[in-house]
Amino acid sequence: MESKPAQTKHISREESAGYDSKTLDYIRNAAAHGLYEIRGMGAKRKVANFDDLVFLGASLSRYALEGYREKCNTKTILGTRFAKKPIELDIPITIAGMSFGSLSANVKESLGRAASEMGTSTTTGDGGMTQEERQSSKTLVYQCLPSRYGFNPDDVRRADAIEVVIGQGAKPGGGGMLLGQKVSPRVAKMRTLPEGIDQRSACRHPDWTGPDDLAIKIQELRELTDWEKPIYVKVGATRTFNDVKLAVHAGADVVVVDGMQGGTAATQTCFIEHIGIPTLGAVRQAVDALEDLDMKGKVQLIVSGGIRTGPDVAKALAMGADAVAIGQGVLVALGCNSDSYIQNGVHHSAMEGYAALGTAPGFCHHCHTGKCPVGITTQDPVLEQYLNPEVGAMRLRNYLKTLNMELTTIARACGKQNVHHLEREDLVALTVEAAAMAHLPLAGTNWIPGSNGD
Amino acid sequence: MENLTFDLAKSSLRELNQLLHKDAKDGKLGKVTVLNPDGAHNIAVGLDCPVEVEVQGHAGYYVGGMNKIATITVMGSAGTGVGENMMSGKVHVKGFASNGAGASAHGGLLVIDGDAGLRCGISLKGGDIVVGGSVGSFSAFMAQAGRMVICGDAGDALGDSLYEAVLYVRGNIKTLGSDAQIEPMSQADLDTVADLLAQAGLKHDPKGFKRIASKRELYHWNVDANQEY
Ligand code: SF4
Repeated sequence: MESKPAQTKHISREESAGYDSKTLDYIRNAAAHGLYEIRGMGAKRKVANFDDLVFLGASLSRYALEGYREKCNTKTILGTRFAKKPIELDIPITIAGMSFGSLSANVKESLGRAASEMGTSTTTGDGGMTQEERQSSKTLVYQCLPSRYGFNPDDVRRADAIEVVIGQGAKPGGGGMLLGQKVSPRVAKMRTLPEGIDQRSACRHPDWTGPDDLAIKIQELRELTDWEKPIYVKVGATRTFNDVKLAVHAGADVVVVDGMQGGTAATQTCFIEHIGIPTLGAVRQAVDALEDLDMKGKVQLIVSGGIRTGPDVAKALAMGADAVAIGQGVLVALGCNSDSYIQNGVHHSAMEGYAALGTAPGFCHHCHTGKCPVGITTQDPVLEQYLNPEVGAMRLRNYLKTLNMELTTIARACGKQNVHHLEREDLVALTVEAAAMAHLPLAGTNWIPGSNGD
Repeated sequence: MENLTFDLAKSSLRELNQLLHKDAKDGKLGKVTVLNPDGAHNIAVGLDCPVEVEVQGHAGYYVGGMNKIATITVMGSAGTGVGENMMSGKVHVKGFASNGAGASAHGGLLVIDGDAGLRCGISLKGGDIVVGGSVGSFSAFMAQAGRMVICGDAGDALGDSLYEAVLYVRGNIKTLGSDAQIEPMSQADLDTVADLLAQAGLKHDPKGFKRIASKRELYHWNVDANQEY
């Protein structure tokens, strides 16, 4: 028998670090379309984050609390500086601002129901307040954005707090976008825009420019609401130390700092990945600014951008935040990037929907298309049925409950009867990067990079 | 219903606005005359009833901001953002107005007898603005709906990224912004201008106005538009 020589032709697969498959894709796309990529969700690159920190639980030097018997308070009060009616929440975990338009009305309703049951707040987004949202949310924060789409003094009066949005972590310095597929008749009407246009929101407020103007704008909102409602100022994390100081000077009751991991429904990828700093570094700068002004505890700090788990919440609080806000995690709880959606208690495959978008569960960032395979970020009358508001509310309630249980578990382990008593001294860092950004000692050492001139 | 004089040199802005939100809303006040405004910010913001407010002097930022139904007259000049986000009613400035006049107004009528500064009518969402004099650069930027009548000249980039708002200009336009174009005046346009001028108490021949509206070329992502966005 004749034997064939083995195939020995060698295929070289030496990948270039600079021109890796991601970069090749990027260049091919640019060459094919002549337009930047627009997508949803937040930064996908790896950055130092809360996972790089660990807690120092109680031991001999500290006294732990019993897990189930000893109470751990999670009550959170926001807006104590000037507002006659501060916001009182049962848990320090709030729902971040997301617009009706980017989300369907069903999703907005789920958020409101779950948040109300858990005693926390939801937030409107670019495009105004819907009736459903006001009705389903016990505590609703009303955003005042550069676009002022659907902005209405009646809604200001109906809101529980006002959030002046300067920027967003996914795109500090940029305005919102809503592509034509999502500008449905109802969305168009609320925003006073022609149906189906590719909507670009302004990136600067129309009636004020600098921090001195902002102070007057905040006073206007206070006068309008007879000084009842807390005024939040939300900034995307960049020069956070200065921005927080300026927000405080302008009269904010609450400052919201949104780091670069924060999500969006549609923004240029170059914005999402290349503008803004990680949440970890931003929290530290924000707290430094408040302490520098002796405003810690007088002006409250809400941190958002990549808060996903109970430990994330606990670490943000220990770093000095008074509360957190979650956007993407909430969507994931509702079924974002899941391979199925639930209808009448039965799971249905969403694989075809993902395939049609050229993606798969776990990789989807296609919120901008309006064709969300699980019916979350859509205005399509068929797709939006994929999310039942009751199912959504139940899942979100479970998610928030889990986070809160983890938060109190960690707080008790650190010997705290109140989650707001978690402190920086309870944390150490696992990486040099995280230690430098968070100004925490590297675990097992007392070395804080950058302190004592090292 | 009584008429009242409120002296801002003697009482605070907070008291004035509280009065306008409460007593005026309860129908107790017909006309409120504000003395010594002295450029105070946020005079008569957030009104929500058919009261008449007359400011005897200059007002600061946001006078008449977010107005509904009320009629507010500023006998002097007004600072930034006069009548911003107005929903209905009327704000009338007898002097000049600073930047962002009528910004994002959803309804109502803003009349400025003198000139207006930069970005007049920016993000307009259905309100009407009549300017007796000229407007500064970037006016009607991204204006979505509503009408602006400018009896004098317009600065640079008028109507940049305009949506469905329509502008009428009597004088010179320094430059038009991206996606804005001059269009012929129809009979309906002439009637609109005549009507708005009458409401503003101004006398000009509507035939002397040009119509500016959107080319609608930036409504959808357009690869060839490059930096026009
Ligand atoms: S599954 Fe829906 S919400 Fe999640 S990334 Fe994809 S389009 Fe966006």
